[in-house]
Amino acid sequence: MNAPAPATTAPAPALVEGRGDVSAAVVDALRTGRPPVHDPAALLRADPWGEDLQLALHLLYELHYRGFAGVDDDREWDPDLLRLRRALETRFLHALRVDLRHAPRSVEEAFAPLLVEPVDLSGSVSRHLETDGELWQLREYAALRSLYHLKEADPHLWVVPRLTGRAKAGMVAVEYDEFGAGRAERIHARLFAGLMADLDLDTSYGAHLDRAPAVLLATVNLMSLFGLHRALRGALVGHFACVEITSSPGSRRLAAAMRRCGAGPAAEHFYAEHVEADAVHEQVVRREVVGGLLADEPELEPDVAFGCAATVLLEDRLGAHLLTAWREGRSALRATDGVTPAGS
Amino acid sequence: MPNEPAASRRVSLERGGPVVVEGPVEVVLEDGTVARSDRFAVALCTCRRSRTYPWCDTSHRRRERAPADHTPEEAGRP
Ligand code: FES
Ligand SMILES: [Fe+2]
Ligand SMILES: [Fe+2]
Repeated sequence: MNAPAPATTAPAPALVEGRGDVSAAVVDALRTGRPPVHDPAALLRADPWGEDLQLALHLLYELHYRGFAGVDDDREWDPDLLRLRRALETRFLHALRVDLRHAPRSVEEAFAPLLVEPVDLSGSVSRHLETDGELWQLREYAALRSLYHLKEADPHLWVVPRLTGRAKAGMVAVEYDEFGAGRAERIHARLFAGLMADLDLDTSYGAHLDRAPAVLLATVNLMSLFGLHRALRGALVGHFACVEITSSPGSRRLAAAMRRCGAGPAAEHFYAEHVEADAVHEQVVRREVVGGLLADEPELEPDVAFGCAATVLLEDRLGAHLLTAWREGRSALRATDGVTPAGS
Repeated sequence: MPNEPAASRRVSLERGGPVVVEGPVEVVLEDGTVARSDRFAVALCTCRRSRTYPWCDTSHRRRERAPADHTPEEAGRP
């Protein structure tokens, strides 16, 4: 359980190659220090769910977290990069709103399906891993999730100055727990690095970006989008509540999967800790954070419901991608030249 | 808090769910063993179905057939 925790504060991650015109322009701009140069039509042509747009957005968001090796930290506030980010966000948000046009607009309706335990778990990744998962699939799962878990709870902290009263106090209490309650070795991102080490994966931040397909990047971009915009604070709270509510049962299945495959004590501990922690976090987030926010700003209710529905939508798509690949015996990672998938 | 009496420990109840108690907490079980948690709050199982008793693990949730088009999937655990 207490394997020496790997450091997560290694040097800034390396840039990756672009996956299309827009992301290539971002990579080029970051490498050269110059403004991004791209055909404006490429931006309009790019599929909002595609590799090019999601990677471009991810790279621009990473400037707000750890940045990249060889890229000036100041580029975070480069107006040309911010203008491009804004254009990409507009397309992403619009695509979300279109796909969720029939989603519930009340918090009650949005959360109700999450508060029951489904009988049919045939579409559940954690159930698959618990009952049939193989070690190579656990490794792929961890490599992909590392794009979020190595900065676990970071995107959500941005909402704190935008909250007041009960919502603020509840949010900070949960975040304090996510960040180890004053103990560096208990920071959840650190626990995840321990899980990765048990699975013999590179634990450095950003190491698996190149292998992460758009369907994964979208789940992480969603948090950054909601976290960075005060106008989307309701959506961030809805997203956070959705994650906390759905985490405990899934974590129990993933802990069982790690145990069954002999992944190691730190790997099992990460999920076991989340079974117990998130049963508490759910209560605090629903009562204090969602309840407190809606008491202060009742007009944000549709945004909270939207944040929840968006999270369910993107997680369902990711789940379908993973299960389809694995059931066909294929890697769920993005193929890159000359690299063998973790699974083979 | 100079003008307030010593803070009471707050316990929150929810029908069909756990009791949330401000931590740290020690729970003395029927057999005399003590379960301890130093989390800022703990959720105590009241349904007796938890696999991590005395802590709630959300096993109190009603089991339900989801609409065919939708299986809520875990969303990545913050
Ligand atoms: S009250 Fe939640 S598992 Fe029993
Ligand atoms: Fe966590
Ligand atoms: Fe949590």
